[in-house]
Amino acid sequence: MAFLNDLAKRGERFAPGHRLCPGCGQSIIVRALLNITDYEIVIANATGCLEVCSGLFPYTSWCVPWIHSAFENAASTIAGAEAMYRVWKRKGRTDKDIKFVALASDGGTYDIGLQALSGAMERWHDFLYLCIDNQAYENTGVQRSSASPFGANTTTTPVGKVKRGKEQRRKDIMSIVEGHHIPYAAQASLHNWRDLMNKIKRALDTKGPTYINVLQPCCTGWGFPPDMTVEVARIAVETCAWPIYEVVDGKVKINYKPKKKLPVEEWFKMQRRFAHMLKPENKDLLGRAQELVDEHWEWLLKREAAGL
Amino acid sequence: MGKKVALDGNAAAAHAIRQINPDVIAAFPITPSTQIPMTVSSFIADGLMDTELVTVESEHSAMSACVGAAAAGGRVMTATAAQGLALMWEILYIASSMRLPMVTVIAARALNAPLNIHGDHSDVMGARDAGWIQLFCEDAQEVYDSIIQAIKISENKDVLTPVMVVMDGFNTTHSVEVWEMEEDERVKEFIGEYEPKYPLLDVSRKITYGAWAPPSEYFEHKVNQLTGIIRARPVVKKVGEEFGKVFGRSYDCFELYKLDDAEYAIVMMGSAAGTAKDVVDVLREDGVKAGLLKIRMFRPFPAEEIKEALGNVKVVATLDRVIPAGAYGSPLFNEVRSALYDAPKRPMVIDYIYGLGGRDIQPKHFKEVYENLQRIAKTGKIEKMLDFINIRGKWGK
Repeated sequence: MAFLNDLAKRGERFAPGHRLCPGCGQSIIVRALLNITDYEIVIANATGCLEVCSGLFPYTSWCVPWIHSAFENAASTIAGAEAMYRVWKRKGRTDKDIKFVALASDGGTYDIGLQALSGAMERWHDFLYLCIDNQAYENTGVQRSSASPFGANTTTTPVGKVKRGKEQRRKDIMSIVEGHHIPYAAQASLHNWRDLMNKIKRALDTKGPTYINVLQPCCTGWGFPPDMTVEVARIAVETCAWPIYEVVDGKVKINYKPKKKLPVEEWFKMQRRFAHMLKPENKDLLGRAQELVDEHWEWLLKREAAGL
Repeated sequence: MGKKVALDGNAAAAHAIRQINPDVIAAFPITPSTQIPMTVSSFIADGLMDTELVTVESEHSAMSACVGAAAAGGRVMTATAAQGLALMWEILYIASSMRLPMVTVIAARALNAPLNIHGDHSDVMGARDAGWIQLFCEDAQEVYDSIIQAIKISENKDVLTPVMVVMDGFNTTHSVEVWEMEEDERVKEFIGEYEPKYPLLDVSRKITYGAWAPPSEYFEHKVNQLTGIIRARPVVKKVGEEFGKVFGRSYDCFELYKLDDAEYAIVMMGSAAGTAKDVVDVLREDGVKAGLLKIRMFRPFPAEEIKEALGNVKVVATLDRVIPAGAYGSPLFNEVRSALYDAPKRPMVIDYIYGLGGRDIQPKHFKEVYENLQRIAKTGKIEKMLDFINIRGKWGK
């Protein structure tokens, strides 16, 4: 269990002065990762907002060993580093306990990096894959990804005279990850720091491949004021648009159940990308979006109740 | 003492890798290089080596894992061919730009489409500007010897640049030849230990790899990266000589065959050079002053030495095993002709393309090339700047 008093006294391993947007939640997530553990951490970072904002030559925000190679290969890059670590351990070149972490956003995970992620999990590398999910290609200017929710207004699913945003539902990456039967997978939200940090700690303490999917509300891409990031994350969880749960040994455990599940409309209201969904003529879209949220939430509840 | 063995080029590569015993190999099967990771896997299964073999799900991940492993700090190798090398392309530049030593064995093969699994240099030529040192081999012996040397070249502190050791798909990979395998201990002694300069796994140093460089920085980075590959020129020569002192087979950046007094010369790379040498011998018996320049190191290109070696030749034919669609000339032609541009006595140079997708090139074809060179020398006229060897029908209409 993490206590704020203790955490506050730990040194920073992600230096201030990075270039992330005001209100961006990525630094909250990265600091949670580096703050909760005493392990030495080696990071492979996919191309994306976090990478371009933390490693602009000749500066670096990373007070841990860090490598960025390309967009789609964070998992295979960290796999190579972890394989080399096994050799170092075996040959006595290091006595340190090092944990390996791949960091990528949804584009580098759900889409272009999916193959490398699948391969690295199947080969059972000892690493944590932390997906910072902001539900679009935010770094290149808010293009749709397979993580973008149904109806989202993005720059490649723009709302126009005949089109009404993204026409498909978001990919269920957790189910894909689960299909690899890895020992630990979790979905988290940055507003619940204790839950997020406990999950990171548990993943790092687990041998073998682990996966965490964290919601990262993007104020510039989603369209909300920069002081609302944590609140937007919270309402995503209160509406069950972003359930926070774990899958341990194939069994679902929901970590938070809202006392009164809010309609998804409450989450949509906060964001420009869903503004069109609230217009009377798009009532059908709103209805469908609610159906998709309910379907997924009920499926999770059923699984948990059945011990699956 | 070494021992004579009768094994193919892939086995020669696998045995060199066994003796090197790299820390990490990340590889994916592709014809005609598949036997390399297969044989290495069996060596590991039998306890003959203890490399961490990462059996990745694609060549893109193979090169990505090699980059991760090399940056982590240690000896890293892989092998691939054709589409596999093409899929690695993005990450090849990252490996060389991060100045990560590693050795990739290439079973050079044609690129799709149409599908063809046989030898040519289309794949390697696509990667010729990726910042890697490229060593082309004629036979299994050269493959074995060059892989061992490549480790030393790549890890040289002035070089720190990845190396491709190239053999011809099927011609070399699958041809059983007699070659000499050295003793394990002597190979290990020759390559020595590798001390990585900036390992990620040295957590006390907190190295950042792969930062992004804006327009104010990128250009200088790219120019600085040239240093390593340019410095490789004398190192390839020096390591080739050291290898000769220890094992009795010396290497340079290229091989001159009866070129001293030659009037007609072929410049080429790879396995067909052996056939060319036989033809040179036959022509020499007939009093024709034929010679051969076999290039071993295509990157960095040894332009000065080539200018000197071809300075007294009347007519030169370059033989490329790749079709550079839309270019003025084939890669070897352009390099050689450009190197000769300011030579005091500039020979005429013509361009041939041969052997695409495993098409044979036979002694009679080399004879025809040398006959054409003699005709050009006599008349001073070049009828075709570019011609194709051993193809059916007419082209160009």
